[in-house]
Amino acid sequence: MGIAVEGACKRFGDFQALDNVSIDVPDGSLTALLGPSGSGKSTLLRAIAGLETLDAGLVTINGEDATAKPAQKREVGFVFQHYAAFKHMTVFGNVAFGLKIRKWAKPEISDRVHELLRLVQLDGLADRYPDQLSGGQRQRMALARALAVEPRVLLLDEPFGALDAKVRKDLRTWLRRLHDEMHVTTIFVTHDQEEAMDVAEQLVVMNEGRVEQSGSANDLYEHPANEFVMSFVGEVNRLGEHFVRPHDMEVVLDPDERTEEALVQRIVALGFEIRVEFTLGDGTEVWAQLTRPELQKLELREGQIVYLRPGQTKSFSGEVASAA
Amino acid sequence: MSVGAPAKWGLRSLAFGYLGLLLLAPVGMIFYKTFEHGLGPPIEAMTSPDAVHAIWLTLLMVAVAVPLNTVFGVGCALLLVRHKWKGNAVIDGIINLPFAISPVVIGLSLFLLYGTDGWFGPALADAGITVLFSTPGMILASVFVSLPFVVRETVPVLQEIGTEQEQAASTLGANAWQTFWRVTLPAIRWGVAYGMVLTTARVLGEFGAVTIVSGSISGETETLPLFVAKSFEQFNEQAAYAGAIVLALLALTTLLLMSVGGRKAKAQASGPIPITGDASISMSNQKEGS
Repeated sequence: MGIAVEGACKRFGDFQALDNVSIDVPDGSLTALLGPSGSGKSTLLRAIAGLETLDAGLVTINGEDATAKPAQKREVGFVFQHYAAFKHMTVFGNVAFGLKIRKWAKPEISDRVHELLRLVQLDGLADRYPDQLSGGQRQRMALARALAVEPRVLLLDEPFGALDAKVRKDLRTWLRRLHDEMHVTTIFVTHDQEEAMDVAEQLVVMNEGRVEQSGSANDLYEHPANEFVMSFVGEVNRLGEHFVRPHDMEVVLDPDERTEEALVQRIVALGFEIRVEFTLGDGTEVWAQLTRPELQKLELREGQIVYLRPGQTKSFSGEVASAA
Repeated sequence: MSVGAPAKWGLRSLAFGYLGLLLLAPVGMIFYKTFEHGLGPPIEAMTSPDAVHAIWLTLLMVAVAVPLNTVFGVGCALLLVRHKWKGNAVIDGIINLPFAISPVVIGLSLFLLYGTDGWFGPALADAGITVLFSTPGMILASVFVSLPFVVRETVPVLQEIGTEQEQAASTLGANAWQTFWRVTLPAIRWGVAYGMVLTTARVLGEFGAVTIVSGSISGETETLPLFVAKSFEQFNEQAAYAGAIVLALLALTTLLLMSVGGRKAKAQASGPIPITGDASISMSNQKEGS
């Protein structure tokens, strides 16, 4: 059950958007497709919705082969980054659209639409037109419109991408809560790893049309399969063949056999977190994440020579390094 | 660019003077001449059988050419914008032909095709259909000269609305036909309407092509512009002026209908309390945060 994609391939001219992608989304889960732009995450989502036809591969929705079905028949709810609001219809008309297509009776449509508008906290705005709403309100309207037809799966394509930081944060908490209430299988696309880790139970990290790794936020952070995942899910320093998280960089004042000499270049105070930038003897630039008390204990200043002891390091031998 | 007040007034009076000399003065003169001796003479001139027939025939041209070119124009615009294809540039060029070719030449080409020695003329004559010097030929000419307007006005609007609304409709279960009627057409309706107004104006005023294919037979194949020209040539100036006024009124009526419709739609689109800008964002923030 849930959603399964097997061996999906899609090419746009010379660009391989999807290269043999397989994912498995458990029934009722909330999954994030995470990756940089051009990684194929939106194409994959659109292929699940039937808005893109695959060159090869299978899409299964709730155990049923949907590969050849048009979007119209897949019973998916889709939310677009730029809302795709029907501008000539009121908020009510937008949410009622799918129900009118399904020829529901007027009183039932009205009941259902108002129930959904209450759910997305837009009751009272039913007679507004989309251009009289803020971005966050428009996106909640789009969500209500997608949910109105009781879709079997909900697909969100960078749903908060066009909103400002504060609204983004509120909306994703709200989406998380909504999912807890509704339990509809949901996939959402994002390039923001913090957003993905905050909202999703399962993350699928994509890069250059392939799935790099999938798992829980904790799995990916603690056991990244390769350098790309390690650097995309969290911050990373590179020391030769080894990779280390900035919070695993221990700063000490006395050298021993496991430390490396470093020059303090810059100390940036970001509230409780302090970012200290170093240059190593061979010119490599690294940084360490310290807390304010740690910094005060060490009494670091810019231009000082200190010693770094990398804690937990990772190496991905045989992996071709690629930038995030 | 900003200009000083004197320059602004200078430019304004230049524009107004130019329009006045070229447009307002001639049209005003026609009005003056028509109603010089009161309402009686123009009404009398416009109620003669030939004049009534000319008005009726002109309206018939509009009634046939506008729907035909609207359906074709919207379909063609959808094809050009929504279905990328190498041949689109060729179709696009062909659609512009009526703009590029003089109406007289269009009339001549129809003459050559449908005349007794033309490609289609003899076959159609055998089937009992006369195209030249009768209504079908005049309709062909009117459709030809006014063909590009709806396409040209619809293409940019279609490009601007993009495909996301249509995709959203399809994920909500709408088929292609439902998507077109409920989403695409309402979104492009003002482009289409403007194209229809231009088409109407063009068909109302068409002279060159229709003159050649109609033979301008009074009371039979004479549209209003032909009636005006013939009356003028025959020194029946009263009828010529009155005809011109009727033409102008017909064109004005279409423009008025469109702008009234446009205002209604605008009034509908702006609800009781329009909230825009930062106020609404902070409002939604509070809601979302609660």
